[in-house]
Amino acid sequence: MDIKEYQAKRLFKKYSIFTLESQVVQTAEDAFDFAEKSKGNVFAVKAQILAGGRGKGGGIKIVKSSQEVKKSTQDLLGSYLVTPQTSKKGEFVSQVLIEKACDIKKEYYLAFLLDPLSSRVVVMSSSEGGMDIEEVSEKTPEKILKIPIHSFLGFQDWMAWELASFLGLKKREEVQEFMNLSKKIYKLFIEKDANLIEINPLVKTKQDEFIALDAKMSFDENALYRQAELQKIYNEQEKNESEFIAREHGLSFISLDGEIACMVNGAGLAMATMDIIKLYGGEPANFLDVGGGAEVLKVTKAFEIILKSKKVKSILVNIFGGIMKCDVIATALIKASQEIKIKVPIIVRLEGTRSQEAIELLKKSNLNFTTVDSLDTAAQKSVELARG
Amino acid sequence: MSILVDKNTKLICQGFTGKHGSFHSEQALKYGTELLGGVTPGKGGSFHLGKPVFNTVRQAVEETKAQATVIYVPAPFARQAIIEAIEAELQLIVCITEGIPVLDMLKVKQALKGTLSRLIGPNCPGVITPEECKIGIMPGYIHKKGRLGILSRSGTLTYEAVWQSSCLGLGQSSCVGIGGDPIKGSDFVDILKLFNQDEETKALILIGEIGGVAEEEAADYIQAEFKKPIVAFVAGQSAPKGRRMGHAGAIISRGRGDAKSKLKALKRAGCHLVDKPSQLGLVAKKILEAQSNLLKK
Repeated sequence: MDIKEYQAKRLFKKYSIFTLESQVVQTAEDAFDFAEKSKGNVFAVKAQILAGGRGKGGGIKIVKSSQEVKKSTQDLLGSYLVTPQTSKKGEFVSQVLIEKACDIKKEYYLAFLLDPLSSRVVVMSSSEGGMDIEEVSEKTPEKILKIPIHSFLGFQDWMAWELASFLGLKKREEVQEFMNLSKKIYKLFIEKDANLIEINPLVKTKQDEFIALDAKMSFDENALYRQAELQKIYNEQEKNESEFIAREHGLSFISLDGEIACMVNGAGLAMATMDIIKLYGGEPANFLDVGGGAEVLKVTKAFEIILKSKKVKSILVNIFGGIMKCDVIATALIKASQEIKIKVPIIVRLEGTRSQEAIELLKKSNLNFTTVDSLDTAAQKSVELARG
Repeated sequence: MSILVDKNTKLICQGFTGKHGSFHSEQALKYGTELLGGVTPGKGGSFHLGKPVFNTVRQAVEETKAQATVIYVPAPFARQAIIEAIEAELQLIVCITEGIPVLDMLKVKQALKGTLSRLIGPNCPGVITPEECKIGIMPGYIHKKGRLGILSRSGTLTYEAVWQSSCLGLGQSSCVGIGGDPIKGSDFVDILKLFNQDEETKALILIGEIGGVAEEEAADYIQAEFKKPIVAFVAGQSAPKGRRMGHAGAIISRGRGDAKSKLKALKRAGCHLVDKPSQLGLVAKKILEAQSNLLKK
C-alpha cells in the first residue's frame, strides 16, 4: 500500500524528522493564502498522486510568488497527471502540496527498504541525491552503498558511520545528525510495517540540518490489522470501487481494459488464464481469484463485479476443483447466474473432483453456459463468443 | 526415494483444532500421512481426530518424536508458531498460513539461520510424496506415484500440472509448492538441489510467476548444476506493471520481475518452455518417453 507524499510527511513529523513548512490544499485560493502567510520567496507546488516520476511528468513546479502558486495549483488540480510510472490516462490530481523552499547545500539519497535477496531490511544511500536512483544503480553502482540490517538487532551506530563516510560527511555534528535521522527513519519503518521509505532528495541546508524534501512510503498490506493509523488512510484512499467491493468479499480482483472477463480459483491459475486469453487474441477484462471456497454468495458477488464493466463480452470460468468439489461450484454458478440474469455467454471449464457431474448440472440448467473440457478450448471459445 | 517427506515422516500439526487445521488434518490422515498429534495452546491433554493435543511444540515432539510440522495458525500468530518449531529443532516446517506480515517473516528467516530446520512456505499448498505422505492443502487423489518432480510458486496451477501428468499416466516423485510471498522459507534453488539428488525424479516441471528474481536465480543454478530435463511455465505474461496479482510476491515493480526476463533466463538454462499451462504434462511425457527409449537402446 502506497501513501501520498503529504501523508508520508505527516508521519515524518510525528517521528521528529525534518520536512519543509507546507500545506496540502484542494483549492487554488487555499494555496494562495498559504503562500502569503508563509512569507516565502520560492515555493514548490506538487501534485499529490500515488505514482512516482512526478517531476518528469510536470507534476512539480517551482515558482516565485503567491500568484504563481495559485496559477500552478489551478493548473494541476483536476488534471490527469501522466508520468513514466502511471498509465497512459494518468492519475487524477485532487490534492496539491505547497512547500516553502529552503537553501540547499547538498542533496543526498536515503532509503530503507525490504530486500528479498538478503531477507533483511537494507539501508541504501548515495550522494547522487535528486537523481533517478534506478539510473544511478545501473550506470554507476559504485555510487550507492547498501547495508543489510539484522532483523533482531536493528540499526546500529556503525552503519551510520559507514554511510556518513561514504557520503563524505566529515564534521562530527553532521554525522551525529545523520545518525539520529537514520535511527528515526528505521524506527518508523519497523513500527509501521513499511516495505519502503525513500527520501530523494534528502538535503543538507546551509545550517547543516537534514531535511526530507520528498518522501515516498509503501506499507505492508498484510500488516494493516495491527496498524490502525494506516488502516484509516487505506480506507480513505480513492480506489477502484469494484476492487474495494471484491476485497470485502474475500475476492482478489484487478480490473483491466479487455473484453473477456475471467473467474478463476488461485492466483497463479488466474494469471495463467489471462495469459492464455491473450495468446488466442483476446484481451482479459480482469484478474479475479475467488480463492478456495466458491460459495454462492462469493460467486454471485464475483459475477456482479465482473459485469460492472460494460466492455465485457464473455466470461471464462476456470476452476480446478480440488478439495472444493466441482458439482458444488456448478450449483453456485447456476444459482448466481439465476439471481443476476447474465446476458453474455459464460464459458465454463471445471476440472477435478466430480467434474462430470458438474458439467451435467450446468447442461441441464438451460442457462447461458458453454461447457468445455480444456483450458485451451475455453480460451478459444471465449474469444470467439466475445466477437459474436 | 523422494524429497523432503516419505512414508516414515512423523508429523504434527500446529493450529490442529482450528477450522483449517481440523479439515486438512483429517484429509492427511485419510491419505495415510503419519500425523501423530497436534498443538493448540490451552487444549493440551485433550484428543482431536483421535490424536493427542499438546500445549507446546516441545511437548508434542517429546511425546510423538515427530520430525515435521505443518502450521495452520492465523497470520498474527504465525511468526511465533514457526519460531517455536525452529526452537524445538523440527527438521521440516511447512507453513500454509496466508497473509503473514513481511517483517515477521524477516525475523523468521533470521531465526532459521544456523539451524537444521527447513521451512517451506508460508502461503503455500505444501509438500506431497504421492501414496506416502501428504502435508498441506492439496487434494490427495489427483496425485499418482511416479518419476516427475513438480516445483511451483502457485497452488492451483500446481494441481493443474499434477492432474495433467497423472491423467497421462506419468505420476510424480514429490511435489513442492514454495508459496507466493516475497520472503519465504525455501526458494526454487533450495528445492532444485534436493530434486537434483533424488534418483526417483527423472524430470521436473517448474512453475514460476512474475515478481522477484527467484526464476532467474533458479536458471543460473540449473545451467550450472541441474542434471535433469525441466519443463517450465511462467504465469503472468499479460499482467500489468505495478499491480499485485493476488500473491504478495507477484508484482512487477521498479522494472523488475516481468515474465520476459524470467523466460529468457530459463530458456538460456536449457529448460523446455511452454507458453500454455495445458502443455506442461504433454511435454513432460515426451521427454520421459525419449529418456526411456534411450535407455532401451
